[in-house]
Amino acid sequence: MSDITTPQTADAAAAATAPVLTVDELTIGIGSRKNLKSIVKGISLTLTPGRIQGLAGESGSGKTVTSLAMLGLLPSNAVVGGSIRLNDTELVGMTHRQLNEIRGRRIAMIFQDPSSSLHPQLTVGVQLTDHVTRHLKLSKKQARAHAIELLERVRVPNPAEALARYPHQFSGGQRQRIAIAIALACDPIVLLADEPTTALDVTVQAGILHLLRDLADERQLAVLLVTHDLGVMSAIADDIAVMRHGEVVESAVRQEIFANPQHAYTRELLASLPGAAGFEEATE
Amino acid sequence: MGNTPRATRRYSARSPLVGYLLRRLGTSVLLLFGVTIVTFALANLVPGDPIAAALGEGAASNPATVEAYIKERGLDQPLPVQYANYIGGLFQGDMGISLRTTQPVADDLAKAVPATVEIALLAIIVSLGIGVALGSLAAYRRGKISDQLVRVFSLIGLSIPTFWMALVSFNFFFLQLRIAPGSGRLSPALAPPPTVTGFYTADALLAGQWVTFTDALAHLMLPVFVLSLFTIGLLTRFVRTSVLEVLDADYVRAGRAKGLSGSRLLFGYVLRGASLPILTIVGLAFGTLLSGTVLVEAVFAWPGLGSYAYNSATSLDLPGVMGVGLVVGVVYLSINFAVDLLYGVLDPRVRLA
Repeated sequence: MSDITTPQTADAAAAATAPVLTVDELTIGIGSRKNLKSIVKGISLTLTPGRIQGLAGESGSGKTVTSLAMLGLLPSNAVVGGSIRLNDTELVGMTHRQLNEIRGRRIAMIFQDPSSSLHPQLTVGVQLTDHVTRHLKLSKKQARAHAIELLERVRVPNPAEALARYPHQFSGGQRQRIAIAIALACDPIVLLADEPTTALDVTVQAGILHLLRDLADERQLAVLLVTHDLGVMSAIADDIAVMRHGEVVESAVRQEIFANPQHAYTRELLASLPGAAGFEEATE
Repeated sequence: MGNTPRATRRYSARSPLVGYLLRRLGTSVLLLFGVTIVTFALANLVPGDPIAAALGEGAASNPATVEAYIKERGLDQPLPVQYANYIGGLFQGDMGISLRTTQPVADDLAKAVPATVEIALLAIIVSLGIGVALGSLAAYRRGKISDQLVRVFSLIGLSIPTFWMALVSFNFFFLQLRIAPGSGRLSPALAPPPTVTGFYTADALLAGQWVTFTDALAHLMLPVFVLSLFTIGLLTRFVRTSVLEVLDADYVRAGRAKGLSGSRLLFGYVLRGASLPILTIVGLAFGTLLSGTVLVEAVFAWPGLGSYAYNSATSLDLPGVMGVGLVVGVVYLSINFAVDLLYGVLDPRVRLA
């Protein structure tokens, strides 16, 4: 597992690869026109193929809202300023119809709790194929074969049988693997992961993180990993941005953040970890 | 991942569902017995002299006639024996002879029930369609003008007394505007179609009698409209609340994040998620519609269960009243059974519970 905690080749490759998603001076306010509450106050980020960008911060710091903005999934009373570009396409200001061509197809997302993010009344097979037939114009049969391949890749046992089953018939860790398979089904270039292991047992967290790292490497996915847990960050993130009160207070490659934190808030967060060895153990 | 084998076994075991349904069927039969006891007891406890009512003033004053009548009907037996006779008859489809129509109650009900079912079925379909559409619209546009309008409309539907609406719409559409046909199931000039289902519309279609079909449908319009108003109001409210709840669910957000189309999201994800509470209220509303909406049937002179119940009760026709009670009991039990079955179809988690 030491190879996933230190992706040596990634640093060199990153310099050569252009970012696929660029967030520039993003601002998000929520509320009525007269009573707008500013949630995100001008943050900038880039996501690069094959790299995992961590976005850390306590709850309420604006990190989840930032990830939702990238898919245009904010509530209708949200006001978004600044720019989010996917390659050269500006996403801010797009209509839902336009965004639907990007959601799931170019940018996919996995959520915190797979027991609520998977539809309890739809089989795994339906949830793994309904967007595939829409985006990739595959036939039902092709989509099914594709779905079996995906489940194999995320290591869900008996993929063909699993398609006919419902989410509640799987363990929490397997559900999140299924959610990852759904996210990857249309071969997106960006994956947003919002606290992907927070709702899971500690024993299965490492497996999910390992899988995300492997998928980022082999598919050259640009991953945004949103979490409050620096232990999770230390396990798989390449770069880390620390958010507080809607602003990025510090942003650097992972080793830099852990070895030499510049901002007082980052040091506070690090100090709250259960001992220096704590976050290394979390990956085992 | 240690749960895999267990999950597999659970899924392949279909028998729990069958066992559950059999148990459910068993309790239904028991409940039905309970219903017969209650209707029988109530019918025999109510004050009034059904014999006098049946025989009329003149005959009732003649003791010999009364005695012969009592003997013939077994009314001199103790109540438990009378009840046993009643149950014994039920098993052979004998619900007794109506004191009012002097026909077997079973035959009377066989004519009245389809008339009510025809209205109730149409009313529930119309209400479900409109209620789901309006409720979803209001939920999607929460707080906007369209939401307010829908809520006002559903409140109006819920608040207007149905019998009043029946009177007003009968007066307005039939007597004033003359665009609706009058009372009853068919215009007097037309003969009922040959009975297959008992629904005049369906039977007329089966017999290829186009004129009878349109006439029967036209006669259905007004009562269905009046009955639907309340049910639409009820369903709109429930659908709105249930859809609002589901719209906040993670799985709907996840569906959006997949880039699904609006209609796929609404029908495949949102309404499916809201289907259980909606189904519950549809079952209740359908039961109310089926058990005969007495006053509406009275206004439109609709020869259904409601009219039959009303006529039997006012003429102290005890076999008729008991027959209606039994039918209403069966209706509620079957609807509950069907709703439970559909829960299992709509939600896989119910199958294991």
